Amino acid sequence: MVGTSFPAWAALGGDIASVEADQVHMQGTRRVTTAAAYTVHEIQGASGTVVREYVSSEGKVFALAWQGPWLPDMRQLLGTYFDQYAAAIKSQSGGRIGRRPLVIEQPGLAVELAGHSRSFIGRAYIPEQMPSSVGAEAIR
Amino acid sequence: MSPGKLAVFTFLVGLACALSTGCGGSSSHTNAAPNPTNPVAQSGNNVAPISVNSGPAGSYVDGAFVSVTVCIPGTSTCQTISDVLVDTGSTGLRLLSSALTISLVQQNSAAGTPVVECLPFLNTYTWGPVQSADVQIAGEKAGSVPVQVLSDTDFTVPAGCKNLGLTSADTLPALGANGILGVGLFAQDCGSACSLAGSTNPGLYYECPASGCQVIAEGLTQQVQNPVALFASDNNGVIIELPAVSAPAATLTGSLVFGIGTQSNNALGTATVYTPNASGNLTTTYKGASYNTSFIDSGSNGYFFLDSTITGLTDCGSAESGFYCPSSITNISATNQGSNGASGTVNISVANAATLFSQNDSVFSDLGGPAPNMFDFGLPFFFGRNVFTAIEGKSTTGGTGPYWAY
Repeated sequence: MVGTSFPAWAALGGDIASVEADQVHMQGTRRVTTAAAYTVHEIQGASGTVVREYVSSEGKVFALAWQGPWLPDMRQLLGTYFDQYAAAIKSQSGGRIGRRPLVIEQPGLAVELAGHSRSFIGRAYIPEQMPSSVGAEAIR
Repeated sequence: MSPGKLAVFTFLVGLACALSTGCGGSSSHTNAAPNPTNPVAQSGNNVAPISVNSGPAGSYVDGAFVSVTVCIPGTSTCQTISDVLVDTGSTGLRLLSSALTISLVQQNSAAGTPVVECLPFLNTYTWGPVQSADVQIAGEKAGSVPVQVLSDTDFTVPAGCKNLGLTSADTLPALGANGILGVGLFAQDCGSACSLAGSTNPGLYYECPASGCQVIAEGLTQQVQNPVALFASDNNGVIIELPAVSAPAATLTGSLVFGIGTQSNNALGTATVYTPNASGNLTTTYKGASYNTSFIDSGSNGYFFLDSTITGLTDCGSAESGFYCPSSITNISATNQGSNGASGTVNISVANAATLFSQNDSVFSDLGGPAPNMFDFGLPFFFGRNVFTAIEGKSTTGGTGPYWAY
């Protein structure tokens, strides 16, 4: 993204600037709430999809959750983790066939995606960077 | 035969079968469920046979398939395509390009260039041109229905589709079916969001001149349609009727019935109507917590719900990623509630998926796996239970759609 004013083209694993880049990309509005171990930046995208970005006290995005009628731009949201995510999906596309939720559990990256047409829900997080007091169930 | 006589005839056949043991030849329930408790319609112009089996790629589990006939609009040039997945979790007919031997009519944009769609499912997307077909299933017909022809090679997959990170479902090995028959709650696959240009457009529909594909606004009637909604009659919804399954089986047969309360064989009866919220979801309560993004989906091949922390069900791990592998069969009880206030308890069982898959079977009543913050009641939910799916805006004996009833 040479030539843009955004210092980062990533959200997961990125810093606050990458959250702002996501907001611009989604043409959305942003609301910030604070929990004990992190802050949540909630971006309401123009197409109706809501993305919540979980930022640690060190200023890093360690988790994302999204919900809405359509999938967000995963390349934008996952940033440097996108290739690992796409490769994990590809590696699962053998064996027993059937439509089911996506579950990726790897060192350094967990992604879940479920729902149906017009209603998608998912979350992604870096297990090693989750604050010790925060479980996956908090990412929603 | 009049509908009334048909009902009597069906009843007498059923009675005769119940009183004898010689009905194996006329009944198709040979592999599972000797004592179905839910009635399964066996005949009628609105009844298409369903088979649950391993599918045309031989590797599907808990997939329900029907045959669909498509014709070049207004002609008698037709092709019947078998093994099309019945999916109440999506809308519209999608057929593999590799399964089609006839050329349907390409839909063009206002600029005169081909309209092509990218539709995300869960771990896959479908990409390919929107084309027009006359669609016939059982005795029901709809003319000039926009359908999607699945092909990654006719038009280059654009960045907006690739940026989902999903894999293509456009081949037989990937899809495991010759197509998807989306007969869900909605009349179009996208709805009004896609009909408007600008930042609110989710970017499903493209026009593809030689210079490359660009997102366009696609009008409601041009979008890929629920073909049932366009039938001349029996067009307000569908029933999926499958008998109960007491043990893993290779195949299971049942019926896809068109219409709700339009004929003697599709009455709502004692089924309870559950209306969805604006997102097409129910609220499911489990262990005191409520999950408002739950749904019923014949195209999901198991019960998918919550996670191992909440349920106590062990994940299978990498060998069978995305399924639960409890050490013994585990019973789960949850309560579904519709936006109309209707509620009822659902009891499901989850077995060890790795154990199930070690047999060469394709029909499992107790296959489950995780899904974040929701219950996805997939095909096993339909075994032994007739499930009605009413289409948005359509009048039925149970009220105006959308709703589920069971």
